[in-house]
Amino acid sequence: MKVRLLYFARLREVFATSQETPELPPNIQTVASLLNWLRQRGGVWAEELAAGRAYRVAINQDLATQEAVLHENDEVAVFPLVTGG
Amino acid sequence: MKISVQAEPFDLNAEVSALYQANPKVGAVASFLGLVRDINEGQGVATLSLEHYPGMTEKALAQIVEDARRRWEVLDATLIHRVGTLHPSEPIVLVAVASSHRGDAFAACEFIMDFLKTRAPFWKKEATPEGERWVDARESDERAAARWQV
Repeated sequence: MKVRLLYFARLREVFATSQETPELPPNIQTVASLLNWLRQRGGVWAEELAAGRAYRVAINQDLATQEAVLHENDEVAVFPLVTGG
Repeated sequence: MKISVQAEPFDLNAEVSALYQANPKVGAVASFLGLVRDINEGQGVATLSLEHYPGMTEKALAQIVEDARRRWEVLDATLIHRVGTLHPSEPIVLVAVASSHRGDAFAACEFIMDFLKTRAPFWKKEATPEGERWVDARESDERAAARWQV
């Protein structure tokens, strides 16, 4: 399954990328498993996405939970807590 | 309803006037204007850069206004949030709500701001004399949104 990953603000800077479209292994079906897969890259990925760190995930521009299921061509965004207003 | 994410400044008077001029049912407009401060957490702020998530931002703001409409009498509303680089004393955000009476206008305006702060994908980065830093989310903003018990 292919998804479009977007990163914003501080995470975009730390990951040194704003987007990618990886081909996910077949066992990656949910937000939780996607995050685990990203953590396996190690370094800043493991550090920033560690359990207990505060960040949010959105699927197709709606906030999503860890249990949310991914679909082909979904737009999945990972970003820090928002600070607008 | 008007929702806009823009780099350009806005005209407060024109935006508020537009909410009531063509609608004699409007008896109250409550408005909130958010500004760039020149100091945050003890450090001087030279400029503030606002990043957002195009597409999701507009969707999130529309949902917040819709939630307010379900809860209070909102005859019309305007929500403008600026992005890009801003300087101290420049307006960042305008929320203005028109209603028949002040109670609904005040409450809906505050509700929209509280949820904008915690749900709309904007991020602030400050330029200070010590360098650039991303603004941290505040626990008090989460508490402000939680008190509406949505």
